[in-house]
Amino acid sequence: MSNVGKPAPNKSGFSRRAFLKGSGAAAAASALATAPGVAEGAETSLVVGPGGSTITLDVNGQSHKLAVEPRTTLLEALRYGLNVTGPKPISVDGSSGGSTVLIDGKPASANSVLALDCVGKKIITAESLAGDKLDPVAEAFVHHDASQCGFCTPGFVIAVKAFLAKHPKATEAEIRAGLNGNLCRCGTYGNIIPAVLDVVKGAGNG
Amino acid sequence: MVEYVWPDRKDVSVLGGSHDKIDGPAKCTGTAKYSYDINPPKMAMARVLGCPHAHCKLKSIDTAAAEKIKGVVAVRALKNAGDEIKWQGDLIACVVGETDGAAVEGLAAIKAEYEPLDVFVDEEDLAAAEKAGRAKKGAGKVQLEKEPGDGEDEAEFEEKELARLFKEAAAVVDGYYGIRAITHMCLETHGSTAEWKDGKVTSHLSTQNVSGTAGQIGGPLGLTADDVTVHCDYIGGGFGSKFAADSWGVLAARLAKELDRPVKLMLDRDLELKIAGARPSGFANVKVGANSEGVLTVWDSHHWTTGGPEGGALSQDVMPYVIVPPNFRRKTTNVSTNTGPTRAWRAPNHPQGCALSQTAVDDVAAKLGMDSLEVFRRNLINVPEARRKLYEEEMTIAAKLMDWQAKWHPHGKGKANGSVVTGMGMAMHTWQGGGHPSSCRVKIHPDGGLECFLGSQDLGTGTRTVIATVLAETFGLPIDAVKVNIGSSKYPPSGPSGGSTTVGGVSESSRHAGLDALAQLNEKVAEKLGANADDLVAKGGRIFDKNDTNKGLAWKEACSLLGMNPLEVTSRGAPGRNSKLSSSGVGGVQMAEVAVDRETGEVRMKKFVAVQDMGLVVNRKTAESQILGALIMGIAFSLFEERIMDAKTGAFLNAEVADYKLPRLGDIGELVVEIYEPDEERARGVIGLGEPPVIGPGAAISNAVCNALGVRVPVLPMTPKQVLDTLKARNA
Repeated sequence: MSNVGKPAPNKSGFSRRAFLKGSGAAAAASALATAPGVAEGAETSLVVGPGGSTITLDVNGQSHKLAVEPRTTLLEALRYGLNVTGPKPISVDGSSGGSTVLIDGKPASANSVLALDCVGKKIITAESLAGDKLDPVAEAFVHHDASQCGFCTPGFVIAVKAFLAKHPKATEAEIRAGLNGNLCRCGTYGNIIPAVLDVVKGAGNG
Repeated sequence: MVEYVWPDRKDVSVLGGSHDKIDGPAKCTGTAKYSYDINPPKMAMARVLGCPHAHCKLKSIDTAAAEKIKGVVAVRALKNAGDEIKWQGDLIACVVGETDGAAVEGLAAIKAEYEPLDVFVDEEDLAAAEKAGRAKKGAGKVQLEKEPGDGEDEAEFEEKELARLFKEAAAVVDGYYGIRAITHMCLETHGSTAEWKDGKVTSHLSTQNVSGTAGQIGGPLGLTADDVTVHCDYIGGGFGSKFAADSWGVLAARLAKELDRPVKLMLDRDLELKIAGARPSGFANVKVGANSEGVLTVWDSHHWTTGGPEGGALSQDVMPYVIVPPNFRRKTTNVSTNTGPTRAWRAPNHPQGCALSQTAVDDVAAKLGMDSLEVFRRNLINVPEARRKLYEEEMTIAAKLMDWQAKWHPHGKGKANGSVVTGMGMAMHTWQGGGHPSSCRVKIHPDGGLECFLGSQDLGTGTRTVIATVLAETFGLPIDAVKVNIGSSKYPPSGPSGGSTTVGGVSESSRHAGLDALAQLNEKVAEKLGANADDLVAKGGRIFDKNDTNKGLAWKEACSLLGMNPLEVTSRGAPGRNSKLSSSGVGGVQMAEVAVDRETGEVRMKKFVAVQDMGLVVNRKTAESQILGALIMGIAFSLFEERIMDAKTGAFLNAEVADYKLPRLGDIGELVVEIYEPDEERARGVIGLGEPPVIGPGAAISNAVCNALGVRVPVLPMTPKQVLDTLKARNA
């Protein structure tokens, strides 16, 4: 059983977990992809072809053993090996930013990186922003309604995390210039800009 | 007798407020599960193969080699030898693998032979379409104030009368306008994860229509809809393309049944763009006449368009658009192309109609050397009387927000800053947006818990939060006290989310169910308090007597009167003429300001103002987001995106995210949204909003570019190449 995201905060006695249950998502969250022929010691296996090996991935602070092929991308390992589905498959080449994760603190498209190359590195996905207290970036996104369908959002929040780590005092002009690697189709950019500005202000006050 | 109305503005607690989406935290932390994210144990991965040719005959298909690939579970040919294929990407075969990699390898091993046939994809070239036998006369209409005399030939009269009207006009514009086909580009591609268990199917389908797709999946499998559950908590974009289960949705369910294990089948990005929907293009010759005041008197247009191989092209009804002079003639031609079939795209027909019509209105202003705003204002005489005042007020607000008066300059007469010139343009739109049929089940638990169930879905508009807001208002509780269950065909049915019908529909049904349930609860509370049930008010977490506010019960106390079992009430909304909860018909005015670089041809958005009415606002925050998103989508089809087809082979050349250009965060300029909700609009009740604000941007931005350059860039999107070609043609 892998960690697929901590429970989100509890407001006024009605828990997020109860909400998720109500919406039917919990059933999905508890299911894990377990391909047949699980390798020794691996929690799951994505191996059907030659050259499979069992590796350990450090995802959101937890270690997971899984069996992968040389061709297995980090995105496949996360989504189908560990059921960490925050990073999304939107483009074939990372041009959408939909699968953005942090690898040792640097943003990368998980579909453009091989799982084997991530051994020994710390991988952070949007799921890490959940918790009893939402991460400030996720909280600002919620407050500014910077998600619509939400499919691009997990990649976007991670891109913003990485951007702000480098530019904690970013101006509006810098935000408009610096966050063009992520694609949104619903048109949430107009809400994302004030959300990011809010995080900058909050960090300045703190 | 329950009266189904909204509380007055002064009496509301949460209705019309600005509320965070209740599913915002799930969406912003990657914990929301989309169809693509459902990974049941033992799931196999399916991939589909699209035909590489735009028009051909399938000569043979051999799947033997694919079946032998390690990790391949099953291979299915989806077409037979001899079948004609009419667009690139049409599905040929499917491979199921233990992993995605195995499925991809399997696809590569499929051998198919094709006999290429004639290809036509360039519908803009009407002469070529006619020559290729691809053009077919479409619908049309003539409306003239004068009637032919007795025995006079109608066709002759029509020509004579139009000629007379154009001759009398103070200004005549004879223009060419166009808007290219675009795709839906849903970031979550079409598809589903299907499960088969005990003779029943569960389809986690990425759909705008959870209540309407179960039968589409069951039928081909020999099942009835009750043996099918369609489930979709979150959908990664639809925009009108995800109403049907589609062949691939049925295929996933069939494979799950045949293989007796879960199967995930999501389209690849390139196939998504090639086969899963496009918005019809439109190209038009428009001749328009106006009097010396700039008021349109006569219109004559011919537009041609493609819906793909057949049908579904741009409607005649949107020409001319909103501003309809007393005399007009419109003709249409439908061109058949070897391109994927079109589908409904946010506000079907309207964005094209607006872009092809209101550009011509603006060209009248340019011709007369008049202020565009003044010409649009004067043309309110050509708008249905019931909406004139509304549009006029919205124009005034928009002009103020844009600072139109101070910034205005005649077309092409602005001051240049180096090679950069600026300009402003405007447009106005309309949409119906009446609520769809919807039922809601409300369940009040004796411990105070409150749930509701609707077979509706959230496209990103905040459906859950709208429902929670309505029920919270109805029961006098905070929004997070309401647990909203949507996204399953096992819940009381709701209509598909299209046509801006969802918020009206679910507001109706949840208000009905809430008030009906409250009436039943109030009977018990009244008995306990010794009050009249009709005098009870639910507010601030209490149910109390309006004549003696001390006489009341806290919510939980009231619910405890239910005894052992929860109270369940299912009610249907009643949208329509007699409803006081919802209505239909909105307007909106948009103004764009752009900067155009005459050397590079690049158009940059400076400012974009949208004033929008929508009846009664349920949740201001998500309503504003819909408008902001629509403006950005409008910027996309005005300046960036287009389906680019290779005229020779019919190949879709830019069917990947990297090649299909869309605006990014830095491309949007300043966006200003104003929701216009005076008392008389609020009194009309809830009206859908998702679509209307995406209609105006094409014309507004095109008019702004024309105002900057002093010449019309005729076809959207106004890419740097289009701009430079236009300037080159003018200077030639």
